[in-house]
Amino acid sequence: MQIQPILAALRRHKAGTLLIALQIALTLAIVCNALFIIHQRLSHLSEPSGVDEANLFVIENFWGVQYSTQEASSEIKADLAALRQLPAVEDAAPSNSYPLRGGGWDNFISLTPEQIKPTTDASVYISDESLIHTLGVKLIAGRDFTPDEVRDMGTRENIHPPVVIVSKAMADKLFPDGNALGKPLYSMSAEPTVIIGIVERLQREEVNTWSAPFVNQSLIWPMRQAIPIGLYYIVRAKPGQLAAAMQEAPKALYGRNRMRIIDSHDGLLSFAQVRQRAYNRDRGMAVLLGIICVVLLAITGAGIVGLTSFWVGQRRKQIGVRRALGATHRDILHYFLTENLLISLGGIAVGVLLTFGLNLWLVTRFELRVMPLAYVLSGVVILLLLGQGAVFAPALRASRVSPVEATRPV
Amino acid sequence: MLAYYFRLGVRSLLRNPILTMLMVLTIGIGVASSMTTYAVFRAVSANPLPEKSLQLFAPQIDIWGPQSRAQGADMPDALTYTDAMALLRDKKARRQTAIYPVNLTLVPQDERSEPFAINGYAAYADFFSMFKAPFLYGGAWNMAQDDTHAAVVVISSQLNQQLFQGSDSVGSTIRLDDHDYEIVGVVDGWNPKPRFYDVNNSDGFNDAPDIFLPFTRGIDLQINTNGNTNCYGSAGRNPGFDGFIHSDCAWVSYWAELPDAKAEAAYRDYLTNYAADQNRAGRFHWKPYITLRNLVEWLDYEKVVPPETRISLWLSLGFLLVCLINTIGLMLAKFMRRAGEIGVRRALGASRKEIWTQFLFEAAMVGVGGGVVGVVFTGLGALSVGLVFEPDIARLARVNTGLIGLTLVCALVSTLAAAFYPIWRASRVQPAWQLKSN
Repeated sequence: MQIQPILAALRRHKAGTLLIALQIALTLAIVCNALFIIHQRLSHLSEPSGVDEANLFVIENFWGVQYSTQEASSEIKADLAALRQLPAVEDAAPSNSYPLRGGGWDNFISLTPEQIKPTTDASVYISDESLIHTLGVKLIAGRDFTPDEVRDMGTRENIHPPVVIVSKAMADKLFPDGNALGKPLYSMSAEPTVIIGIVERLQREEVNTWSAPFVNQSLIWPMRQAIPIGLYYIVRAKPGQLAAAMQEAPKALYGRNRMRIIDSHDGLLSFAQVRQRAYNRDRGMAVLLGIICVVLLAITGAGIVGLTSFWVGQRRKQIGVRRALGATHRDILHYFLTENLLISLGGIAVGVLLTFGLNLWLVTRFELRVMPLAYVLSGVVILLLLGQGAVFAPALRASRVSPVEATRPV
Repeated sequence: MLAYYFRLGVRSLLRNPILTMLMVLTIGIGVASSMTTYAVFRAVSANPLPEKSLQLFAPQIDIWGPQSRAQGADMPDALTYTDAMALLRDKKARRQTAIYPVNLTLVPQDERSEPFAINGYAAYADFFSMFKAPFLYGGAWNMAQDDTHAAVVVISSQLNQQLFQGSDSVGSTIRLDDHDYEIVGVVDGWNPKPRFYDVNNSDGFNDAPDIFLPFTRGIDLQINTNGNTNCYGSAGRNPGFDGFIHSDCAWVSYWAELPDAKAEAAYRDYLTNYAADQNRAGRFHWKPYITLRNLVEWLDYEKVVPPETRISLWLSLGFLLVCLINTIGLMLAKFMRRAGEIGVRRALGASRKEIWTQFLFEAAMVGVGGGVVGVVFTGLGALSVGLVFEPDIARLARVNTGLIGLTLVCALVSTLAAAFYPIWRASRVQPAWQLKSN
């Protein structure tokens, strides 16, 4: 295939050529960056939380009465007993929060009491000896709490329990040598708290950008949140009985003591809903960008079809002449395919620069990471295929132009 | 003549219905995506109190020292109780208030109704006049009631509707967390978006708060903050509510009204001196460091506009740009295909200006078509923004007449801009050349 005549022809259609090339360049830049963001968001979305999500739900329980610490504590114990008696319930635990809640309590963690700059930051969960079983997290070292280690925590009490269970991510961060068990850590207090257990994975309460450096770093303290406002109950249903358990649980609680508030909208959430809320933004961005990519590619494809059709229409006479001079169907088809390839390559050359420019701008402006080359390569392939695909129909029509056209006036 | 151009345009557009559809759809989709994301962006980046936004200020004081600000962390975006009380005592601003969010249980008088949770704020009397809260009934409590820790409350019109069927409830009593409060005022559907005075605790786009009660009363009753509490250091604190409020934990929002630049400068000096005094008293051990941001700067500092909204707006604009380039290409094809027709018209005496008018007319028709498609898609977009943004933010994107008008104008203007080059080319067609080649 001769490229020279194609280039010569393109020189006579500068505007159209430039427009298609520019469109391809911009599409490449937007699609590559969008794909990159989609991938980042989706991988964030599928991060495991470490808990038995399929069977878990949470109840946000506000008290309707201003209980004292003792009263609240015994109410909580009675509530838990009532929950555990339900046929569909496997276990239940009291808590101040739960993974992926979207915010809550986190503490700076240091290795020595006098340390000024903290070593890391931990999401804080407080609960009793039933939390680990209820969440279904795996204890990989040490032991669980014993019932006598669990204390009641009243309003604004400043307790620093002597023992703590930490997530493996947290243990590894504090003690990279892997000997965290039995070691003390200091959490905004001069009193040590000793690591007695390590769980395999326990995601933090919030998964936003701020929290990203501390992903999966969390700790559990043996305390019951016996404050007048209320607390969360984390409930694990027996396998396959989540819906039944979610229906029974609030009834059982109201049946036992109706002076409480479980919000009809947010008070009862399955873990699937929790996850959906936590990653709402990530999923939303991925959906939006996906739609933009698809529509953008469709529009660029349609634009190529439109302009090539116009060119074919314009050149019927020339095509006829070529056919009359012995060019085959295939030659004509190849001519238009090659023409598109040349334009696409030109557009892609500019587009790659634009892609990296846009990525750089997103990096500085929105704290995105630098894009790996693979995205650009896949973007290039997508656009080349799109161009060839879009040009195929008009090119086929061109190849069917009869040599007789050469003799007709346009 | 215009009617003639209109007929010409219609005929030309109908001659290639697919190409026309493609142009109209391209413009429509491009404009709609920009308009939908713009509607969200406009809502979240709105100035909630334009007439006073440059007179309201939120101070920050470096209470934990420079080490706490290492690694890109900043000072806490609230004050400690101690500092907030000191600033309130000095009353150096025209108006000032300390604020913290509360969550309480409302026990209805009616024995059969179940108690329910309500939320609101503990604040000072100045709060309402500073932030221009409109009242349906009654008004704010007064400063004397701040000083006497009065058991009074201002409720929202929504709560008033729920409890009193919308009648004037001033003077009635409601029971919150086992304590009675006398209603002194009902605010009239007041919920600035973003809720600038609470963006350090929330995203700023929640439902309206139900109640406001005196800060001093809230502290008396040991009502906990429902917002963020930020603590630092290993010194710990004394147990109980008293230990908490006298600790170095930051949890009190603070706003000052400073009418002009002079007052602002004076307040800055005052804050710096205050921090220096804390140094002398041995509480701080570092160079005084304070900030004072006005409402607009504060919203920016608190990153109230989610990055997602910005990214989507920019992407949609990029998308619109590609759509326009696409339209330029298609129009170029369409107009140049009629070079022969143009040649004949020019040869018969039509001026370049007339060619311009004719094709502008045709482009305008495409623009209007794109606008109509754009309005439909913007409507669909506004309905489905819930897929992309959180419910609090998604519901801000409403299609109103302003947005519809903007969509139409945007479609028309961008189509005409896109048509500029193709029309210029069309008007340059040499009649002699066209006639000759035939």
